[in-house]
Amino acid sequence: MARITMREAISQAMWEEMERDPNVFILGEEVGVWGGSYAVTKGFYDHFGGERVRDTPIAEAAIIGAAIGSAMTGLRPIAELMTINFAFAAMDHIVNEAAKLHYMFGGQFVLPMVIRAVTGGGRQLGATHSQTPDVIFAHFPGLKVVSPGTPEDAKGLLKAAIRSNDPVLFLEHATLYQMRGEVPEGDYVTPIGKSKIQRPGKDVTIVTYSKGLEISMKAADELTKGGVEVEIVDLRSLRPLDMEPVIESFKKTNRAVVVEEGWKSFGVGAEVSARIYEQAFDYVDAPIRRVAQKEVPLPYNRTLEQSALPQVEDVIAAVKEVL
Amino acid sequence: MADTINMPKLGFDMAEGTLVRWAKKVGETISKGDVLAEIETDKATVEVESSASGVVRRLLVDEGAVVPVNSPIAIVGTAEEEIPESVNKVSDTQEKTENTPDASADKGQGAKISIQQSAIPNQQPSMLRASPLAKNLARESSLDLSHIQGSGPGGRIVRRDVVQAVSGQISAPSGQAQNLAEHPASLADETVPMSKLRQAIARRMAESKTSIPHFYVSHEYKMDALMGLRKQLNQIVPENEKLSVNDFIVKAAASTLRQFPALNSSLNGNTYLRHGQVNIGIAVSVEGGLLTIVSREADQKPLRQISTEVKAMAARVREGKVKPDDIEGSTFSISNMGMYDVENFAAIINPPEAAILAVGSAREVPVVEDGALKVGWRMKATISVDHRVSDGVEAAKFMQALAVFLEEPLRLVL
Repeated sequence: MARITMREAISQAMWEEMERDPNVFILGEEVGVWGGSYAVTKGFYDHFGGERVRDTPIAEAAIIGAAIGSAMTGLRPIAELMTINFAFAAMDHIVNEAAKLHYMFGGQFVLPMVIRAVTGGGRQLGATHSQTPDVIFAHFPGLKVVSPGTPEDAKGLLKAAIRSNDPVLFLEHATLYQMRGEVPEGDYVTPIGKSKIQRPGKDVTIVTYSKGLEISMKAADELTKGGVEVEIVDLRSLRPLDMEPVIESFKKTNRAVVVEEGWKSFGVGAEVSARIYEQAFDYVDAPIRRVAQKEVPLPYNRTLEQSALPQVEDVIAAVKEVL
Repeated sequence: MADTINMPKLGFDMAEGTLVRWAKKVGETISKGDVLAEIETDKATVEVESSASGVVRRLLVDEGAVVPVNSPIAIVGTAEEEIPESVNKVSDTQEKTENTPDASADKGQGAKISIQQSAIPNQQPSMLRASPLAKNLARESSLDLSHIQGSGPGGRIVRRDVVQAVSGQISAPSGQAQNLAEHPASLADETVPMSKLRQAIARRMAESKTSIPHFYVSHEYKMDALMGLRKQLNQIVPENEKLSVNDFIVKAAASTLRQFPALNSSLNGNTYLRHGQVNIGIAVSVEGGLLTIVSREADQKPLRQISTEVKAMAARVREGKVKPDDIEGSTFSISNMGMYDVENFAAIINPPEAAILAVGSAREVPVVEDGALKVGWRMKATISVDHRVSDGVEAAKFMQALAVFLEEPLRLVL
């Protein structure tokens, strides 16, 4: 197994799928000649040519609109949004068109398209460029929302997304591109819609995904020193939301903390804890705690930004509260 | 300047006390040291003395209220001075109890927040604070949650409490067989309410036995020298100051504990609190139960002082006039059943202590010494130790070291 970065894993997934299927192509701002603003598509333009790696105007509605149109003709576009914050400029295309076309046309069309977008805060990009609005998109039936927390999952899930006939929003956390991890050699696909136990434990269940996985892992390492064995369930996709491993784990530990980077209100924690209460009420031994971003526009100032984002200590404190 | 009188904290694990009776009314004068109120703790009813002199201006809680430790209960000031309106009667003591963060309630320390005990019988089932899992487990075990103390936040009953209660039920003794010949008239079942003391004993002992991994080490002591020395000493002290065998054992155990700080400690989460003082708790039988009186710094005191203090405390206990200091703060306990012709027994640790010494009768028995059979004084004792705190070898060494004092008792009168 190779130890590569999340960036390399995502890049490899697209490269391999483009080699495998000539219908796969990339479009987005600065994805071609420049190689992507997070350098994910570096070298793609030279190798695959301008036809399959298309630079677009700074017009998100046009990018998503073009992706939808081409997908309806049978191509498999990968549209890159420089950040998820710009998706709001293409909101109608994403939630009203992409998420509903298959349904609205009575199944006459499928939409084999992927929207890749950078999500998350922590890089001092200011309130409008640092959001983690993942749950907004997960609200809409018809759209799959995937967000990996490890390089292995990033590669396998992106390949699954590209091969899927449904529109998939693939969210990459801005501060995870440098994360390294073991990735299997060769072609592999990780099915979308399966939560995964990333760390076994018996005392408390942490439910999380994406950046939350990284801080939860660190918190679990700390808590182990005090004899607390945390089980971490990585959702990996917000829609479909696979609760089975969560419920199974909860029935064992009877205690849960949900960790997400987005705001707490109406968030992943709200959804997951509500489902636990619905499906495992008789196993609840303590109120479920949520760790999330403070309810403010994310500050630019580094200290303030970090204090608004969920930290390892917040996770540790929440776990101790439910124990 | 008015003084506030607070609910005293009388023990390591006292979280609250019930104000049983006010001894003074508003407007009455009071001197420092006068009895202001009677409070009931888990262990006993004790009198609260005023820490200030003046006039009782406000009584902040009603009789019967359960009050968290260190919460204000009364204001003592001069007759004229103005007492701020902000100092008002605590009307909802139960809510106050629940909302007061308990310093001893840190997770994992084994400390308990007790639910308001006196309120339990009146509580509606819907008011019962238990997790869904706890309720479910209780249903499966046909267990009545209203009799269980919760250890979760705010006294919530959680899984561990139910599991503990269920295991306690199973291990509870099934009761003595009735001697029908002696009680021919009464064949009907009778429901007898538990006294507060009995309830406290039941709860604390069940908690101790189910949460503390006890192990036991027994030892037989040669008591000839001690019995002889006691006889000699008792010939020279006044009639009312006669030394008991137990006085020697208290002094000997306290002196030995100085060499074994682990056995004079309390488990506190992932740390041990090694007590600086060696305070020996001595189990005293009272009607309907037992209390532990405390011989403070017994390793530092002469035998005669230990003896007179213990006598005085035991007398107060039997008269129901115990003082807080009499029964609080022990760091190691001794249960001596020597006067009941007991060969040997094992005691349950008195939390949060780490060990307890159970002492049998000193008796004349046939012994073998230097290959010859003769008559000698022997006494068996068994130490029960919290295995989280100490191990068998240390306990065995303690028992050996104790022999040095008991078998060469002149060391105890030096």
